[in-house]
Amino acid sequence: MEPINKVVSVVTPLDRKNVDTDQIISKEFLKRIERTGFGKYVFYHWRFHEDGSEVKDFVLNDERFKGSKILVAHENFGCGSSREHAPWSILDYGFNVVIAPSFADIFHNNCMKNGLLPIKLTVSEVEELLANGQQQPYSVEVNLEKQTVTGQDGKTYSFDIDPYYKQMLLNGWDEISLTFQYEEHIAKYEERVKQSV
Amino acid sequence: MAKNIIEKIWDQHIVYEEQGKPDLLYIDLHLLHEVTSPQAFEGLRLANRTVRRPDLCFATMDHNVPTRNRDAIKDPIARKQINTLQSNCDEFGVELANMDHPDQGIVHIIGPELGLTQPGKTIVCGDSHTSTHGAFGAIAFGIGTSEVEHVLSTQTLWQTKPKTMEIRVNGKLGFGVTAKDIILAIIAKFGIDMGTGHIAEYTGEAIRNLTMEERMTICNMSIEAGAKAGLISPDETTIAYLKGRKHVPEGDAFDKAAATWLALASDEGATYDTVVEIDADEIEPFVTWGTNPAMGSGITSHVPYAKDFESESDKEALKQALAYMGLEEGAPLTSIDIQHVFIGSCTNARLSDLRAAAKVIEGKKVHSSVTAIVVPGSRTVKKQAEEEGLDAIFLEAGFEWRESGCSMCLAMNDDVVPTGERCASTSNRNFEGRQGAGARTHLMSPAMAAASAIAGHFVDVRELQATKA
Repeated sequence: MEPINKVVSVVTPLDRKNVDTDQIISKEFLKRIERTGFGKYVFYHWRFHEDGSEVKDFVLNDERFKGSKILVAHENFGCGSSREHAPWSILDYGFNVVIAPSFADIFHNNCMKNGLLPIKLTVSEVEELLANGQQQPYSVEVNLEKQTVTGQDGKTYSFDIDPYYKQMLLNGWDEISLTFQYEEHIAKYEERVKQSV
Repeated sequence: MAKNIIEKIWDQHIVYEEQGKPDLLYIDLHLLHEVTSPQAFEGLRLANRTVRRPDLCFATMDHNVPTRNRDAIKDPIARKQINTLQSNCDEFGVELANMDHPDQGIVHIIGPELGLTQPGKTIVCGDSHTSTHGAFGAIAFGIGTSEVEHVLSTQTLWQTKPKTMEIRVNGKLGFGVTAKDIILAIIAKFGIDMGTGHIAEYTGEAIRNLTMEERMTICNMSIEAGAKAGLISPDETTIAYLKGRKHVPEGDAFDKAAATWLALASDEGATYDTVVEIDADEIEPFVTWGTNPAMGSGITSHVPYAKDFESESDKEALKQALAYMGLEEGAPLTSIDIQHVFIGSCTNARLSDLRAAAKVIEGKKVHSSVTAIVVPGSRTVKKQAEEEGLDAIFLEAGFEWRESGCSMCLAMNDDVVPTGERCASTSNRNFEGRQGAGARTHLMSPAMAAASAIAGHFVDVRELQATKA
């Protein structure tokens, strides 16, 4: 995966809680056997009417947020299905960061494996960001190394992240290659289990 | 020190631990299906890697498969996905129950059926409803495709130890109340993110009294409560279910295994990071009215009013949900008409589910404005149901009797609810568009869905059952 550290962009304010992965990427797009090319389907049924025309008042269709790399939403983002197509589609669309007060566990894990940075801020901090972003295009700088989000007005928020995943994201490491370094431990574990049966 | 079952299983599976890192956990059983595995196998090929333990993997085709005219998948992309699983399993030596195999079915139904699912195992699958297998006292959770690839190549996963939660269901269930109603009531009461960061153990008298199939229904929807996994400590009910199944040891080896399994149960006095409780006698047959599984109420109730909610975001969520669902605040649930009934899914498509639905509809006819289908969870369930004559009861009443698969639960195949139409469904998710773009899903038990099929609207199934008794 691609390493990630600093991201500067206007925020896209998605004023929803419990955004489930069925909304992020609808099931009709899960039949493909590739990892790439899902961006054009992200939030499909919120972006488009049945006849294919754009839903004008949906935030991703707002010209002011085109090219944004940072999505902000309410709590429990990414709940539901384990489909990794969700972070694939968000990344492929152009976002590198999702900010919310909380994330569903599987989605959160899936982000970490793909270089999509999930940032947890408090409910009131997220509400402030959403409000700022809705009023007018509001730009922030995300700095993973420093674990900060800094608004264009200088307002700075700090976030926590598991140090293990922080290193993975900063370096864009392939986790499987790392795990191979523990082969001795895995083999020993398997030997122990075999003996006990 | 007293330990709960979650801590016991977790600790037994640690391959490597180090301060500041997640634990490296060994995985005992890896279940695969056609939708979330192709990119993982492709990843192996690109990196020139192999499947470390094909003997601990088992695959089937379920999400995408047609439930009628099985040999002709019209959609070329869907067909390619099915064929890709076959060729990947052939190439990497993974056992596969393909569409023609007598064991084929929804992955979470056939794992237990075949005895692959056993107490004390760590079980993963690229599907969030993997939590189902927790019913046996296993730590079973859904993973993404990158993790599928990681397990294929290393048979391990890096996992941060989750918090533990006890969900205690006190007392006895009332007449006509089922396992589905318990889990829907729990989620409605505590919210769809109540379990985030936790593995939950279901305890209490009402849980102990459930059959294995009912326990699977409860654990299945743990993910709908946001929990990483949900499980139930093994007991004699668990042991009796497992005995004689294909992949379960026999004779003395079974007795030895059974003793080990029973010892996994949470110790007397074990503690949890979080404890919630609900009284079984406050639960009635449940129906969801909104666009997530927590948006539900007892059948004697009504769609809530915005004024029932305190926070602005909850009021707004209600407004959005009702706009999508085409419902008014305050509408009695029994006043809601339906056009479709789906009896199926990994939540409720086991033999006991089909029996419960058949009992309600026997000798009656599906309402003229309703299309009703039954999709057995596996080919084994289908065969057993046919041996008992359940298919005849469903067909006589006007239900369609289909081949097994995930079907209308997520509508990846041709089984789709049309825009704006309403479906009484025994599945697990009522998200927007889940059963088709613009489709409106209401979750409930098999008995409640069957009763709705006859009436053409939601009804309190207890009234039908009471007259019958």
